[in-house]
Amino acid sequence: MKPAVLTGEHFMTGDVACAEGALAAGCRFFGGYPITPATEVAEHIAGRLPEVGGTFIQMEDEIAAMASIIGASCAGVKSMTSTSGPGFSLMMENIGLAICTETPCVVVNVQRAGPSTGLPTQGAQGDMMQARWGSHGHYDIIALAPSSPQEIFYLTIEAFNLSETYRLPVLIMTDEMIGHISERVVIPEAKKIKTVSRPGPKGRKDRFKPFEPGANGVAPMAHAGEGYHIHVTGLTHDERGYPVMTVEAQKAMMAQLMGKIQRNLDDIIRTEAYRLEDAEVVIVSYGVSARTSLAAVDEAREQGIKAGLLRLITVWPFPEAQIRNLAKRVKGFVTVEINLGQIHLEVERCAAGKAPSFLVGHPGGTIITPERVVEALKESF
Amino acid sequence: MNQIKKQVKHPLDDLLRIDRIPHIWCPGCGIGTAFSSSLIAMRESGIDLEKTVMVSGIGCSGRGAGYVNLDSYHTTHGRAIPFATGMKLANPELNVVVFSGDGDLFAIGGNHFIHAARRNVDLTVICVNNFNYGMTGGQVAATTPLTAKTTTTPVGNPDTPFNLPLLAYASGATYVARWTILHTRDLTESIEEALLNRGFSFVEVLSPCPVNYGRRNKENGIDSLKIYQDRTIIRNDAQPWELDIDFDRGIVLGKFIQTERPTCTDRYDNTCRPKEFIEGEKGLE
Repeated sequence: MKPAVLTGEHFMTGDVACAEGALAAGCRFFGGYPITPATEVAEHIAGRLPEVGGTFIQMEDEIAAMASIIGASCAGVKSMTSTSGPGFSLMMENIGLAICTETPCVVVNVQRAGPSTGLPTQGAQGDMMQARWGSHGHYDIIALAPSSPQEIFYLTIEAFNLSETYRLPVLIMTDEMIGHISERVVIPEAKKIKTVSRPGPKGRKDRFKPFEPGANGVAPMAHAGEGYHIHVTGLTHDERGYPVMTVEAQKAMMAQLMGKIQRNLDDIIRTEAYRLEDAEVVIVSYGVSARTSLAAVDEAREQGIKAGLLRLITVWPFPEAQIRNLAKRVKGFVTVEINLGQIHLEVERCAAGKAPSFLVGHPGGTIITPERVVEALKESF
Repeated sequence: MNQIKKQVKHPLDDLLRIDRIPHIWCPGCGIGTAFSSSLIAMRESGIDLEKTVMVSGIGCSGRGAGYVNLDSYHTTHGRAIPFATGMKLANPELNVVVFSGDGDLFAIGGNHFIHAARRNVDLTVICVNNFNYGMTGGQVAATTPLTAKTTTTPVGNPDTPFNLPLLAYASGATYVARWTILHTRDLTESIEEALLNRGFSFVEVLSPCPVNYGRRNKENGIDSLKIYQDRTIIRNDAQPWELDIDFDRGIVLGKFIQTERPTCTDRYDNTCRPKEFIEGEKGLE
C-alpha cells in the first residue's frame, strides 16, 4: 500500500502527475469515463484511491461522471473527474449545476483536436472558450493551464484549493502533449503541501442558511447527513437555498456567484513573466504552447527582437488588468495557441486598440514550433 | 376564538418545509399522495432521518426534494441517480432516496437508472409515473400508454410504453414494487421495505395527472382513481414480464422482487480495497 502523497522523485506523465496531485490535495472520490487522451488519469487514480480510503467509479457516461462528483462533494468528499473534448461537452450541463449550487469539485480536460470526435490521439487547445462559457447562462469560472507534468501536479492541488475556497468547479485545461509527456516530477513531503478544505457552518443548525456568504464572501458549506436539513437546487434560489422565481432573486444570486470571483481576482489569477521587463513585443501563451513560446523568446532575442512571454497559469478569469497595463507600453502582442484564435481574441479585447494583437494559431494535432513564432514576430513587428 | 386561532398541525409537518407550502402540484395530482407515503414510510421505517437525503431530478415530481425537511438536493434533468450514486459511495452511512418522475428517470435519465440497478447501488428510487411530462404541459413520455393523446401525440401515441418493473428487474434491482396512489397503505409499506432493503430498490407509483394527461384522454381525477380501483390486480407473485401498462387488460400491482445481492459498496470494498487497508480500518474501530 502506498501513501496518499508519493513523496520523492518520479518520472511520470502529466496524466499520472495530475492523479497524484489530486490525491495529495485530498481528493477521495473520482467519477470517470474513459476517453483518449485523459484515460490515464482515471486509470491511475482507479488503482490508487482504494488504498487511501477513497472511491473510484467508472460511470456510464460523462454526464453521470460529472453528476457523481457533485453528489460526492455534497456528501463532504473532495472529488474530481477527467475527460477530453467530447466528454467535456457532456459535462457542461452539470458543471452549470455545480456553479449554481456552489459545489466544489475539479474537472480536468486533457484537450484533443475537435470539433466532434476530431483527432482523438492528438492534442490541441481548442476548448478554451468552451471552458469559459460552455454551460448555459452567465457565470464566472476558474480554469488553470499547466505546462508540464511537474506543474500539473501542483496546479491540481491548487485547483482543489481554489475550488474549496470559492465553492465552484475549477477546470484544469491541459492538453494531450502535457498529458502524455513523461518528465521528472518531484513530490514534496505531505506536511509541506498546503491543502484547503471548505469551511463548515458554525452556530445553531436550525438558523443556518446554506447560501449566506461568510466573512470572505463565500458561504460555509454543510454536507448531507450533518443535520442541517439544507436544500440545494439548480433553480434560482435565495440564501436559504429555496427556489425564488423573481428577477430580484436572480440578480442577488448572480451577484453572489460572480462577486466571489470578481472580488478575489488578485488571489485567483496567476501568471508567469519571462524576460518581460524590457520586452517590446509580448507573447501570450499557456499550456504546451507556452513551452514553444519560451524557446521563441530566446531565439527572437538572439535575432534582436525584444520579446518576452506572459504565461497564463490562470486562463479564466482572464488576466485583463495585466494585458491592459502591458498594452500601454509595448509594441504589440502575439498569442500562441493550438486553435484558430480564442485567447487571442481576449488579448485583442483587453489591448483595446492600444497595441496590435496577432495570432500564431494551429488547427490542432501537433505543437506549434518556435520557428513559426519567431517568423510571426519578424513579420508583425 | 382562541380555539379557532389554534393551528392544527399536520402529522407530517415536522418532515415538511412548511414555509414552502403551498406546493406547486395541481388539484387532483397524485404526487402529493406519493410524497406523503414516502415521508410516512421514512418515519415508520426507523431509519436515521438525520442521515437521510432526498435527491430529485427535474419535473413535477422532481419538486419533492424542495418540500422535505431533510437534506435535499434538486439536481438536473435525469441526473438524480448519478448524483445520488456519488453521494452514497462517498458516504455509505447516508440513506439516499431518489424521488422523481417517469420522464426524468426513464427517458432522459434511463441510462443512469439501468446502470445504478446493475451495480446494485444502495439507493431507494421512487418513481411517480403520471404517464406524461406534466410540468411542460403534457407531452408524450416513455411511459405514455399506446394510443393515448398528449400535446406531442395529438392523435395518439404510436409507441409502446416501458414496463418499468421489468426494466428494473432485468437491470438488477433487488427490490421492485408497483402501486397506485389509491393503494396508499400498500404503497407506504412497500416504500418502507424499499428503504430497509440493502441494495437498489425501486417503487413505481401510478399517479393521475388530470390537468395535462387526464383532460386529453377523457379522464378526470376521479376517473383515474376509479380506473386504479377497477382495472388493477394485486399479484405479488407476478412475473416482471407480465406487468405491461395496458389499462384495457388491467394493470398488475404488487411487490414483485425482493432479493439479496452484494451492493456496489460491498463489492468495491471486497474487490478493490487492499486487505491491509481493510484490516487497518478494523484496527481503528
